Amino acid sequence: MKASVGGYARATDLRHALDLLARSGGMGRVLAGGQSLVAAMNMRLSTGDLLVDITRIDGLRGATLNGDRLRIGALTRHAEVGRDPLIATHAPLLGQAVGHIAHAAIRNRGTIGGALAHADPAAEFPACVLALGGTIHIEGPEGAREVAAEDFFIDVFETAIEEGEILTAISLPVAAAGERQVIRETARRSGDYALAGLCLVRRPSGHRVAVFSAGPRPILAKGAAAALDEGKLDDAVAALQDELDPPSDTQASAAYRRHLAGVLLRRAVADIEGETA
Amino acid sequence: MTEAFRDRIDIALTVNGEPVEARVPAGRHLIDFLRLDLGLTGAHASCEHGVCGACTIRVDGESVRGCLMLAAQADGADVWTVEGLSDTGAVRDLQQAFVERNALQCGFCTPGMLVAAEELLSRGTVPSRTEIREHLSGNYCRCTGYEAIVDAVEGVAIARAGKGAA
Ligand SMILES: Cc1cc2nc3c(=O)[nH]c(=O)nc-3n(C[C@H](O)[C@H](O)[C@H](O)COP(=O)(O)OP(=O)(O)OC[C@H]3O[C@@H](n4cnc5c(N)ncnc54)[C@H](O)[C@@H]3O)c2cc1C
Ligand code: FES
Ligand code: FES
Repeated sequence: MKASVGGYARATDLRHALDLLARSGGMGRVLAGGQSLVAAMNMRLSTGDLLVDITRIDGLRGATLNGDRLRIGALTRHAEVGRDPLIATHAPLLGQAVGHIAHAAIRNRGTIGGALAHADPAAEFPACVLALGGTIHIEGPEGAREVAAEDFFIDVFETAIEEGEILTAISLPVAAAGERQVIRETARRSGDYALAGLCLVRRPSGHRVAVFSAGPRPILAKGAAAALDEGKLDDAVAALQDELDPPSDTQASAAYRRHLAGVLLRRAVADIEGETA
Repeated sequence: MTEAFRDRIDIALTVNGEPVEARVPAGRHLIDFLRLDLGLTGAHASCEHGVCGACTIRVDGESVRGCLMLAAQADGADVWTVEGLSDTGAVRDLQQAFVERNALQCGFCTPGMLVAAEELLSRGTVPSRTEIREHLSGNYCRCTGYEAIVDAVEGVAIARAGKGAA
């Protein structure tokens, strides 16, 4: 099918983009990589949008190191996340995740900001940012604000971004010495969304576990992390399975997803410990 | 609707090395602009939601889904389709290998396959069969069963590496 679009405007900078959104009478829609939005428009899931194309705003692209925080601009594309040396050093989880996201041609256009704003519960980046304890930076008509990843994802395709606001960047604590980060998922086919997936971060202050494709939003599994802190893997798997309430759909049943999450946790722990799973 | 938003957009880009200027509807896909407005029907439009890879073209040096990019976004871009890549000879060895290995039957997927394969080969390394499969996993072929396609791409990678070394 063909997209039905109400109108298009190319923003020259962030102010201009916010101004366009403000003048769109509620029909404004940010266009970043378009890899979810244009697909949705083609399927007529979204019609009549006034598109605010933000892809020319250079300041929203690329990774920078500010002291002990890594900042990644919203328009940094998946492929760029995958090859950026700063990201590989300070947030290796994100680089690993790229290999699981869609296909090369889609990774060449899709942006990390778009993936977070889109908030598909099966997407990799939202769970990574949650596992890393990241912060989402948002700019709106009234100025800038920050939201912790834990408060950002609300429901399927729903985030803390309000009408008229733009996600400008994410920032993350840089990996500590000896910190380990792993992502594991099971998908039916390379590039497909995961049936279930899991991010595991082991830092000096303790473990963090985030699960995706097992609920309406990525889930921070605090019970599992606490059991891992005590070195109790079996307890961690049991706690994890208690913490999840996954959906049953044509891809997988809830019971299967819950089981998979436990398997993925064991594999992730084995990875971190340097064994082959 | 406010003045700022347009339903027809002026664009200027290069397609297969030639400058092109046009006024396009806001919702026009890049693939439809190429196929219907410019008559470049090599790349195909099929699923129109990014899954099949038949519309894969090259934009600013990278493979891109032509169905998930608006023509309006291609203002200033350098776009290549299989027609241009054929004319310059950039994919001639790949095309020959596809023919020799029976890596195409109906040919519907082939233009997208060639663009995707060329992106992988342009890295200058010899990819493993697993890497070739992974890279082409976003391109469906309903005819050949992929084995022959992987053979063709692998053969060209090895041949190019041999020539590079000589
Ligand atoms: C075939 C296919 C397979 C895929 N597989 C995967 C996968 O396995 N894993 C995965 O994670 N993703 C997958 N994706 C989705 C892909 O990663 C998208 O690129 C991504 O989810 C959206 O990013 P985008 O930059 O393309 O955003 P767009 O499509 O431009 O926008 C998506 C939504 O976010 C909003 N938005 C975008 N940027 C901003 C911003 N800066 N501020 C506020 N709102 C914004 C838009 O208004 C829109 O509602 C797949 C896509 C396709 C087509
Ligand atoms: S038509 Fe674009 S991927 Fe299928
Ligand atoms: S040759 Fe027919 S779809 Fe690939």
